[in-house]
Amino acid sequence: MSEKTENSKNYGRRDFIEKGMRITLGLGLAGVAGITALKGDKGGYVWQLDPFKCVRCGRCADYCVLTPSAVKCYHVYDLCGYCDLCGGYLKPDANDLGTAAENQLCPTSAIRRRFIEDPYFEYDIDKELCIGCGICVEGCTSFGNGSLHLQVSHEYCVNCNECAIARVCPADAFMRVPVSSPYLIKGDFTVGTATGSE
Amino acid sequence: MIICWEMKGRTIDSKTVNIDTVRRYVMLVFSVLFLLVMFNTSALAQEQRFPRPEFDSGYEQPNVIQPAPRSPYMEYVDLFVLIVVLSFATWLVIKKRSRRMIFWTSVFSLAYFGFFREGCICPVGSLQNVVLALVDPTYALPLTVLLFFLIPLVTTLFFGRTFCAAVCPLGAIQDIVAFKPLELPKWLQKTLGLIPYLYLGLAVLYAATKTDFLICRYDPFVGIFRFDAQFEMLLLGGLLLLIGVFVARPYCRFLCPYGVLLGWMSAFSKKHLTITPSECIQCKLCVNSCPFGAINEPVAETGKRRTGVKRLLNYLMIIPFWMVIGGLAGSLLHVPLAKFNKTVYLAEQIVGTPEVLEDLDNIDVQTFLQSEESIDELVLRAESILSDFYWGGWILGAFMGLVIGLTLVKLSVHRGRKDYEPDKVNCLSCGRCIDYCPVKESNGNDGSNIKK
Repeated sequence: MSEKTENSKNYGRRDFIEKGMRITLGLGLAGVAGITALKGDKGGYVWQLDPFKCVRCGRCADYCVLTPSAVKCYHVYDLCGYCDLCGGYLKPDANDLGTAAENQLCPTSAIRRRFIEDPYFEYDIDKELCIGCGICVEGCTSFGNGSLHLQVSHEYCVNCNECAIARVCPADAFMRVPVSSPYLIKGDFTVGTATGSE
Repeated sequence: MIICWEMKGRTIDSKTVNIDTVRRYVMLVFSVLFLLVMFNTSALAQEQRFPRPEFDSGYEQPNVIQPAPRSPYMEYVDLFVLIVVLSFATWLVIKKRSRRMIFWTSVFSLAYFGFFREGCICPVGSLQNVVLALVDPTYALPLTVLLFFLIPLVTTLFFGRTFCAAVCPLGAIQDIVAFKPLELPKWLQKTLGLIPYLYLGLAVLYAATKTDFLICRYDPFVGIFRFDAQFEMLLLGGLLLLIGVFVARPYCRFLCPYGVLLGWMSAFSKKHLTITPSECIQCKLCVNSCPFGAINEPVAETGKRRTGVKRLLNYLMIIPFWMVIGGLAGSLLHVPLAKFNKTVYLAEQIVGTPEVLEDLDNIDVQTFLQSEESIDELVLRAESILSDFYWGGWILGAFMGLVIGLTLVKLSVHRGRKDYEPDKVNCLSCGRCIDYCPVKESNGNDGSNIKK
């Protein structure tokens, strides 16, 4: 192609087209960059779920790309009544109000119960055991204060570009939140005020 | 509170309590509460049923531990690595001309961007974020994502697809397994080569309608990078790697939507990988070395320029027809295309088969019924999305028509060529041909053989 005997006019034209296209493409890229950068902020996003929207369907446990899911149960102590008879800890038809596995609602026994003072108990989540199924959340929300709720735990979350759970969440509870405030803990905000991009 | 007080003492000495009485009591209380919840709509607002107790024992309440996400600074580290590796790879392809070093660079990229960074975010997927940022006012594109999208494209605009050669982890994993590449017939290559355009169009359509990130959802190798994924994902990845043994880099050539953009950039790139360091001696050795069929053979000028121009004009003239036909087909397909949208699918289910409203196992429908939205509002929302899909279908179809039209134009255009040259659009700059070329660098005129 680069033979100097070639028709130089021909190559002048090809070069011209090539250069023109190069500039056009470059300007196109610059345009896209300009438009998106204008409203872009420097920080990134992480995925989080709005506990007030969550309906405890159980999909968080199944659809996360990680096994077990990066969604874990969080316990907001401020909201907890420290009840002895805990709707999130005990099965409704428990034989006994004890800590035996058959009485516990949690399928993996991830909720630890600790006696504080008569008649109050503290409840703790062992995140290594929690699979994010939300069964305890359902119990706590139905019968108690709703102090147990699900959150995407960022020590596990790999922050997929598109969250696999968000895709199937029936309540549209998942959203992208700024990395500077990565959690939506109940008590820190009220119903319907969570801001993010779906 | 009453319950707590009532139960006081019973568990402390549980032996004295009749278990059955307790159970009946518990069930009763739970049922009453449950009914209260059901009939009390304000329960959604979740008022505190049991106030937090005052502790006498000096109990200190722990804080809710909120582990921080991966530091955003790490994303700048990724960006830095991208720039360094891409510059190095470009230097290797254009100046150093070493296949072996290109290969090892790609192994490094596979280790870093693939297995260490676990595949997210990659430039391939970032194109959906860019589209989303263009259409969704609530989504601001993070700067790092924008740069991840732009840097490989700009580099390609100047130096060809060096990103594909040694930086993309998806390309690297396939390049390693390409043991026995077979040559595909040209017609098959051209036909399969249309799939990426369709994939790109669909990915843009679904990202723009906020339906799904198709590219991420069907990313075949991210499951392998994470050693963990849904079965279908691993199956797709395994299958592509298996095919990749015989058909080199099947994802890059016949699926990758970002590759389409890179191909456009590369077609008009300022510099590009050259097969020989100086003069081509027409030995044909390089053709066999390229597993991607991306080397163009010399074509003699036929001299009948006039008929060629006429044919070219004819093909250019029918491009609008291709676009209209494609657009029509796309718009007709908008209903099945929109089925992937959650809202549209839910509305169709409820309107089409109202019995799902009774189905207590249908979580989506039951959740919708619990929400404050009425069916009419849902249908309105779905219809607006459907209309987006209708126009999106037109654009997608017209785009595919344009692609097919231009492919035909390209096939019909007779462009004289004296030497063996890389096909700038499809060449992945892997550098295999460099090793096969027997010509040694003669007068230090490195890379001057192809184009000035």
